[in-house]
Amino acid sequence: MKNSLPEVHGFFQRDRSWHPPAFAPGYRSTVVRSPQRAPISFPNTLSEVTGPVFGHALLGELDNDLTINYAKAGESAIGPRIVVYGRVLDENGRPVPNSLVEFWQANAGGRYRHKKDTYLAPLDPNFGGCGRAVTDAEGRYWFRTVQPGAYPWPNGVNDWRPAHIHFSVFGPGFVQRLITQMYFEGDPMIWKCPIVRTIPDERAIERLIAKLDMEATQPFDSRLYKFDIVLRGSNSTLFENRKEGN
Amino acid sequence: MAQELNRLKESPSQTAGPYVHIGLTPNFLGIEGVFPVDLGREMVNDETIGERIDVVVRVFDGTGTVLKDVLVEIWQADAKGLYNSPNEPRGKADPNFTGWGRMASDMENGECVFRTIKPGQVPFNDGRMQAPHISLWIVARGINLGLQTRMYFADEDAANRVDPVLTRLEHQNRVPTLIAPREGNTYKFDIHLQGEKETVFFDI
Ligand SMILES: [Fe+3]
Repeated sequence: MKNSLPEVHGFFQRDRSWHPPAFAPGYRSTVVRSPQRAPISFPNTLSEVTGPVFGHALLGELDNDLTINYAKAGESAIGPRIVVYGRVLDENGRPVPNSLVEFWQANAGGRYRHKKDTYLAPLDPNFGGCGRAVTDAEGRYWFRTVQPGAYPWPNGVNDWRPAHIHFSVFGPGFVQRLITQMYFEGDPMIWKCPIVRTIPDERAIERLIAKLDMEATQPFDSRLYKFDIVLRGSNSTLFENRKEGN
Repeated sequence: MAQELNRLKESPSQTAGPYVHIGLTPNFLGIEGVFPVDLGREMVNDETIGERIDVVVRVFDGTGTVLKDVLVEIWQADAKGLYNSPNEPRGKADPNFTGWGRMASDMENGECVFRTIKPGQVPFNDGRMQAPHISLWIVARGINLGLQTRMYFADEDAANRVDPVLTRLEHQNRVPTLIAPREGNTYKFDIHLQGEKETVFFDI
């Protein structure tokens, strides 16, 4: 172990006014689950800028095809077939390769395969609802699925979630960990949703809305939606000739 | 007009929601056959160097109720204080230790149990040593942005007292919220989202 000071390039500080605040009473679950004291800052150390890495070897052949990764042989999930694709970038606009992207969603009727989901829409026996991908050298990922349905949830008496896909994303640093949700262009339910509306800035909300990409759409197979994800950047990526892995 | 910086904004966070298990711990939930195992469940193997410990994390809401739908990830150095990460510049970490754990809370008692090892010390940026610690990231329904905190070890009192992060906290009476007591080989870390005992969370 070297005795010299560790060389640490911290991540840009999170813009907390861009993210939803912890306490957002329109989304009632936040009321008793939001810390009330100010979070404490200190410079990133090696504990923050390091993180686990997952290789492509992790992936099974069907991990990024939710239409068949839970289905009986020869069958597939019911619903509008879509492909979601995009890139994981950092705030400097650089691709984030080898980023594990995990996603989960309700089925086409808006029902989750989860003990706690009791919505009357039926389960689809051929749909599990989870998948994953690892980004390539250009930060790209893609997966095939069925478009999820909207569903009601206990918040107000008549609150519905717009169709959405949950995303979990890893960057190389543990403090880049991010969970978010993807929505679909043109869905009028987006702007009525109390969870969407925890995000204070409309421009930030727009960033979570995937665009329909008719140019890339595969005729007689799947419509394509494009969804890019941006993780925190750091100064280390500003300098081209840094050593590998930094 | 000044030039644009052309920097992108981070994607805004959204809650992991009540069904986070489907995506991140499907086997735990009973969705089997999609992924062979849930990631982050096994941090150690028989060859891992270091003292075996269990870390039991519970998260409580503002009413004192334990969360049964929380998901916790931990990240820590190996027994020598090295991270199993490409961003670790000081040397190669123990290849038999991942350093990363992920657990959904038990649906009955809310416990997330991590089988791990006690980490070594990692330097702060000015060269001082940090006390052994584990970084945590907590997501659940009702949490809009994953919460970041650290767990320190009660039996590392001397190191804790000079730790660069713990000593910079303005309210020193909140330091105990970050220190897990030891019983046998188990450290119990109770996290309080609100109230008298609200845990210190970090913006890092
Ligand atoms: Fe959902």
